[in-house]
Amino acid sequence: MKHKNILIGILLIALYLAVYAAIGTGLIAPYYQVNLYLMGINIIAAVSLNLIVGFTGQLALGHAGFMAVGAYVSAVLTLKLGQPFLPAILAGAVCAFVIGIIIGLPTLRLTGDYLAIATLGFGEIIRGLLVNIDYVGGAAGINGIPKLTNWTWLYLFTLLTVFSIKNFVNSTHGRACIAIRDNELAAETMGINTTYYKVLAFSIGAFFAGIAGALYAHYFFLIQPATFSFMKSFDALVMVVFGGLGSITGSIIAAMAVTFMNAALINFGSLRMIIYALLLVIIMVFRPQGLMGTKEFTLKHLFRVKEGGSS
Amino acid sequence: METFIAQLLNGLSLGSIYALIALGYTMVYGIIQLINFAHGEVLMIGAFAGFYAITKLKLNFFLALIFAMVVSALLGIIIELAAYRPLRNSPRLAALITAIGVSLFLQNGGLVVFGADYVSFPQAVNKVTYKLLGGSVTVTSHQILILIVTIVMMLVLQYIVLKTKTGKAMRAVSFDKDAALLMGINVDSVISITFAIGSALAAVAGVLLGMYYQTIYPLMGTMPGLKAFVAAVLGGIGIIPGAMAGGFLLGIIETFVSGYWSTTYRDVVVFGLLIVILIVKPAGLLGKDTREKV
Amino acid sequence: MKTYKWLVVSLIMMLAVSLAATGCGKKETSDTIKVGVNYELSGEVAAYGTTAKDAILLAFDEINAAGGVLGKKIEAVVLDNKSDAAEALNVATKLITQEKVVAHLGPATTGATLNVVPVCTEYKVPLITNSATNPDVTVDPQTKETREYVFRTCFIDPPQAVVAAEFAVNQLGKKKMAVYYDNTNDYSKGLYQVFKEQVIALGGEIVAEEGYVKEDQEFRPTLTKFKQSGAELIYIPGYYEKVAKIISQARELGIDVPFLGADGWDSPDLVEVAGPEALNNTFFTNHYSPQDPSEKVQNFVKAYKERYGSIPASFSATAYDAAYLLADAIKRAGSTDTVAITKALAETKDFDGITGKFSFDEQHNPVKEVSIIEMVNGEQTLKTKITPKQ
Repeated sequence: MKHKNILIGILLIALYLAVYAAIGTGLIAPYYQVNLYLMGINIIAAVSLNLIVGFTGQLALGHAGFMAVGAYVSAVLTLKLGQPFLPAILAGAVCAFVIGIIIGLPTLRLTGDYLAIATLGFGEIIRGLLVNIDYVGGAAGINGIPKLTNWTWLYLFTLLTVFSIKNFVNSTHGRACIAIRDNELAAETMGINTTYYKVLAFSIGAFFAGIAGALYAHYFFLIQPATFSFMKSFDALVMVVFGGLGSITGSIIAAMAVTFMNAALINFGSLRMIIYALLLVIIMVFRPQGLMGTKEFTLKHLFRVKEGGSS
Repeated sequence: METFIAQLLNGLSLGSIYALIALGYTMVYGIIQLINFAHGEVLMIGAFAGFYAITKLKLNFFLALIFAMVVSALLGIIIELAAYRPLRNSPRLAALITAIGVSLFLQNGGLVVFGADYVSFPQAVNKVTYKLLGGSVTVTSHQILILIVTIVMMLVLQYIVLKTKTGKAMRAVSFDKDAALLMGINVDSVISITFAIGSALAAVAGVLLGMYYQTIYPLMGTMPGLKAFVAAVLGGIGIIPGAMAGGFLLGIIETFVSGYWSTTYRDVVVFGLLIVILIVKPAGLLGKDTREKV
Repeated sequence: MKTYKWLVVSLIMMLAVSLAATGCGKKETSDTIKVGVNYELSGEVAAYGTTAKDAILLAFDEINAAGGVLGKKIEAVVLDNKSDAAEALNVATKLITQEKVVAHLGPATTGATLNVVPVCTEYKVPLITNSATNPDVTVDPQTKETREYVFRTCFIDPPQAVVAAEFAVNQLGKKKMAVYYDNTNDYSKGLYQVFKEQVIALGGEIVAEEGYVKEDQEFRPTLTKFKQSGAELIYIPGYYEKVAKIISQARELGIDVPFLGADGWDSPDLVEVAGPEALNNTFFTNHYSPQDPSEKVQNFVKAYKERYGSIPASFSATAYDAAYLLADAIKRAGSTDTVAITKALAETKDFDGITGKFSFDEQHNPVKEVSIIEMVNGEQTLKTKITPKQ
């Protein structure tokens, strides 16, 4: 067990250094860098949404709203108030967390599609309010945000997100969340405070979505309310479902695959979105449980496959 | 006072459009509990079918409307067959994602096939403007037509669902698919028929929307589709009179927010109200409070 | 069964990747000059991106048919940015660093263009936009410095609104105005702000102001409100599709005051949707008029119509100008070096385009006359031409 952790640690550090060196020496062309950053941000968004949808079973469609909160709060702090990057990211995330609690408390009493539509509504409300606030540029948004997101920050926060959520899921709290997903009534009977855990999972998801938004804002120079439309929430949901509900590694793989697909199809011009949509339908029809189902991809898994056993 | 009446009329005509779209949404949701995100796009295809029927096939308005309904109904059946049926026993989220996929496919397919430009829709029905209360309130024949069509459609639907054999089968499938199957109901064909009816309704909405707002374009279905879904939820999703009530309510609220406050806050108010209603009465205004089936 | 499904999924993935890879594998040839075309071909504003792209491709084909530039043909590399600002940056990076384009045309909207500007500046590649009208596009709002590599062929917002206000107050003699602008669009908001200031400066009054949002189709509630306000003129700095609906709904409600607008009105669809009758007593400021009898304009209108089946709108004209302007700058620079092209662009003097003769001022904005067009029974007629006071 200990050896495995050390091995993972070494692999992660090696990956960090390898990419760092590759960027530094120009081995990764700038165009691929953009997609690398998108990949990291998408991983954070997908894994955090998976906590809400996949592990706790609450269908939320307002993830982009929390990204917007993180993006706007952090951008205002760095650009207008001249604060350093790290506190700005954390402030953005904390604001998203608090708003997650405020939104979660009333709406998480709803279930299924009603919750979906209510959270979608909240995402739209956040967007609608941003359009009306002139301090943050209204519909035109904020531009000229300093480009502070670099590989180190991105990698650190991606790891932080993945490991925090992994540990949360494996803790007592996480087990409670999974129990709620599998059978809310039974969970309640077992003495689990379902409202508490649902709101907790929801706002933790919102917290990390805020981080994703902050990183996004400080890489892409410009944020507008329109950037965080419900299509962005869908994007994150697509990654979660595609990767497998309740599989963290599945979300990571799916986030990478979707970003890659988007980049690979770029040469098709206006046909790109058609191909993407078709792929989406075909993949879901053939693999409705997602790539990984609820399984996790582990090193052991990898070795077993190599030894010739089927999984 | 005149302004108030004028705004109320504005709200009613907007609401009848939402209601018309919401009817189709509610039909499909009622039977397979799937948010059919592609409904707005079926509406768009229906509008374009109507457009080509009028301009290329030189059909009159009502024949064009029937042509559009047939095209959309077929499309609805195909969508259900290809994208939703294989997923019937899968997690509902998978079907939701396919619905989004189908919606994106039709939108972007429309952009390539029809072009991204706005297409101006022929005014196949003459527009007459009636002035009331000394000219301060006006109503057009189009507004009246839409209102009548919406009410007629609702009554027809109610009749089909409550009085016919097919309707009985629909209700049975909606209530319990497996039991319906055991009772000798062909579940597959009932679902196909429901999709056909829902999509035909979308086509009616599409053609009327094109005529009323004078332009059609590949993305025309997205926002009305979302709003109509909100309307269906407001009224109680799966309930036909609920879609109607929700549509009118939404239309009137939107109009009053725009007319007496500001357009830019309209969506904030609409979605805020939606959430309040969901929290107070989760099953919608006309819905019965039941715990969702697991 | 399970392996079969996996096989299908992986086959599809492989197919997609290999298709994409063949797309990448275009061979490099040195006898063409590559120009990046980064436009909104799908998504919300696909209509503007597509018309601009069409006009650019038309222009390049004409230039190539006439022998190309510096003995080489121009090769357009067209990529779609999905009407998404982040994607526009992604596309620009690909165009500049992978495709090695010598210049970058587009995107259509201010938001997307602002996102592309840092990339173009970093790699010193000139950018010409045909429809991003916000002043910030060419001038950094914080440092007030001109962005060296950014140019545009459309007006910026202020001159049009200044001219519109002057026309409304002095020539039409109106005092009470209402403004109905697109709240989700910088272009529209920019015009609204300047118009409001100017009207007040000229002794007029804004009695009602309201924004609409991009997806709106129903304008009667706000128009009913305007009707109560006693406005003598309604200014709508928006795009034709909304404007046509607004005017048609307004006339329906019995609002018969004049309407005034900007270049976004210019499209044959304006008349088709609103009808010639409703458009009487309406005016707008514009770059060019397809009815302009000059041979250059008529040739362009004819060629565009032959190829795409519709009359080009003003943003097609500015995109067409952008393409010719670029070819002209490459010729003047005498090389395909990006910095040399940028320098030549900045030195543009009296370039004879579809949208008039223009030179760039020190902020890389074209200085040209504003035409005021009146709609008479569905026909655009030139009411007057006004040179904006800077």
